[in-house]
Amino acid sequence: MSVLVNKNTKLVVQGITGSEGAFHTQQMIEYGTNVVAGVTPGKGGQLFMDKIPIHNTMKGAVAKTGANASVIFVPPPFAADAIMEAAEAGIALVICITEGIPIMDMLKVHEYLKKYPKTTLVGPNCPGVITPGEAKIGIMPGFIHKPGTIGIVSRSGTLTYEAVHQLGEAGFGQSTAIGIGGDPIIGTKHIDAVKLLNDDPKTEAIVLIGEIGGSDEEDAAAYIAKHVDKPVVAFIAGQTAPPGKRMGHAGAIIAGGKGTAEEKMRALATAGIHVVKSPADIGKKMKEILG
Amino acid sequence: MKIHEYQAKEILRSFGVPVPESKIAFSVKEAEEAATEIGLPVVVKAQIHAGGRGKGGGVKFAPTAQDVTRYANDILGMTLITHQTGPEGNLVKKVLIEAASNIDRELYAGIVMDRATSQVTFMVSTEGGMEIEKVAEETPEKIVKVAIDTAVGLQNFQARQMAFSLGLTGDSFKNGVKFLLALYKAYIGTDASIFEINPLVVTKEGNVIALDAKANFDDNALYRHKDITALRDLDEEEPLEIEAGRSGLNYIKLDGNIGCMVNGAGLAMGTMDIIKLTGGEPANFLDVGGAASAETVEKGFRIILSDGSVKAVLINIFGGIVRCDRVAKGVIEAIKNIDTKVPIVVRLQGTNAEEGKKLLEESGMNIIAATELQDAAEKVVATLKTIEA
Repeated sequence: MSVLVNKNTKLVVQGITGSEGAFHTQQMIEYGTNVVAGVTPGKGGQLFMDKIPIHNTMKGAVAKTGANASVIFVPPPFAADAIMEAAEAGIALVICITEGIPIMDMLKVHEYLKKYPKTTLVGPNCPGVITPGEAKIGIMPGFIHKPGTIGIVSRSGTLTYEAVHQLGEAGFGQSTAIGIGGDPIIGTKHIDAVKLLNDDPKTEAIVLIGEIGGSDEEDAAAYIAKHVDKPVVAFIAGQTAPPGKRMGHAGAIIAGGKGTAEEKMRALATAGIHVVKSPADIGKKMKEILG
Repeated sequence: MKIHEYQAKEILRSFGVPVPESKIAFSVKEAEEAATEIGLPVVVKAQIHAGGRGKGGGVKFAPTAQDVTRYANDILGMTLITHQTGPEGNLVKKVLIEAASNIDRELYAGIVMDRATSQVTFMVSTEGGMEIEKVAEETPEKIVKVAIDTAVGLQNFQARQMAFSLGLTGDSFKNGVKFLLALYKAYIGTDASIFEINPLVVTKEGNVIALDAKANFDDNALYRHKDITALRDLDEEEPLEIEAGRSGLNYIKLDGNIGCMVNGAGLAMGTMDIIKLTGGEPANFLDVGGAASAETVEKGFRIILSDGSVKAVLINIFGGIVRCDRVAKGVIEAIKNIDTKVPIVVRLQGTNAEEGKKLLEESGMNIIAATELQDAAEKVVATLKTIEA
């Protein structure tokens, strides 16, 4: 078991002919992900790497291949449109890698997706989702991951790789690692990912990586306190960040005294979560708990 | 992106939001001319990218021409310190000369994007002129919040609800409703992230006008607003941050002495945190992006080292798709080109980490190699202690 993606996932790559899309499609195929089609409007009928059919529309791609997931590499001005096209085509899982989508566009997407309750959006501005040994959808380095029983949910890319690396050193693999993205408006929030991992029988423990800004970590903490018995290890990045400054991610900003690391760490600890102060202690802490 | 009050007011005016008559002045002479044109009394207002200007002495009521001259003289060229500028303050290079209003009441109106609901949210309050954070803390019942349906936008009934809650009646009610509807149009039309009208005033004549205006815009949407992009004032920004932005790097200056360069925003914040936990002080936040090429590493180095307080540097790269041996070569190349004496700890992890470490160790340069995060933080803090001792 795993969540969101597995070996039965049939993936369409939106923006497959762009440089990012093309590069990462190759990487995903090498990892073993079942890429069934690509979409680039105007390039329908061509083949990618001599074997993957390219379609003009998501509807066409889904009709021909029965795809159930898509990953988006299209540039920011067109990415919101791509998400809505995927939902309208009946795709169950849409993973948007694109960074830099205007907030107003994402507000519209958020509203539009209410009509498609069967569609789950992950991202935007995220590394993607990987179920080690089965499928990798996104831009994360596949080889650092190993199949196992730890579920990961994180707002950050390289910090997730860091956690995966430490878990590996401590002898743990991952059930599924979900990069939810660093933007203020995202499809799958910490709480949604925690629910999925909690319901997954293969996941024994959860690593939750958050950042300053917003209150998603606090919401997840409240849910965990009530519903989650699996051990959770958490780290919040940005303990040293000054207020009012945007730390790279559009979502990572302390505004009006809200969204500080301290508040989040307190909420998580109160919920019975094992909060580590140092990002170097994630693997160690998990080892301590699971033995 | 932040802009000045006078620029925000120009934008509001173009969307039909009432603002007082005003003119921007870069010199005392221009200030005097503006006052003559507008007619006395006027208010002389310092234009910097920070709030709290009145308390810092940057806003003065000028009933006579002599007052205009005196205050323009005082404020232009002063270093204005407010609770938002930090202790070093901001140099004032321009003043807004504005017609004084016949104020009856001071109210508050703000529009923000509420992350929790993923909706634009309108906020109004009868407690104008105060810090809204303070009102939210002490008397939250005095803030009325209205969530806007993204599909249909602000509706008339919602604007009426807000106008009633502000206690507006008669002409001021009609003008208030119009004001709120126009303000929302301006917010959506400019891809704003924050609009704050504090105070929003009702004049004795029943007019509703924006006496102050603060506007921030979504950086990701600036590509479709060339007119707003043109309003950027580089004088109000940290020079190193501007330079980093030009190189496509995300850099924020902090107060410590350990420079750090990391790929990825989350890991960059995490690296700052571990430096602090290990007993050091980070000098900056710097995200060189996922790929961390030799070119971006070199640019990052130059920016970090232009900060004179940097005494040691920690580079933390998690090589995923990019291999560590290639990153190591880039780092060595960059250090060669820069010729610095500052000790540099380099932590490479991920694909080919060992090969990368070996290259760094054999480079014959002033590089201390590490592969684990804790080890790297300890090494850079220890280096600093050695220098200090």
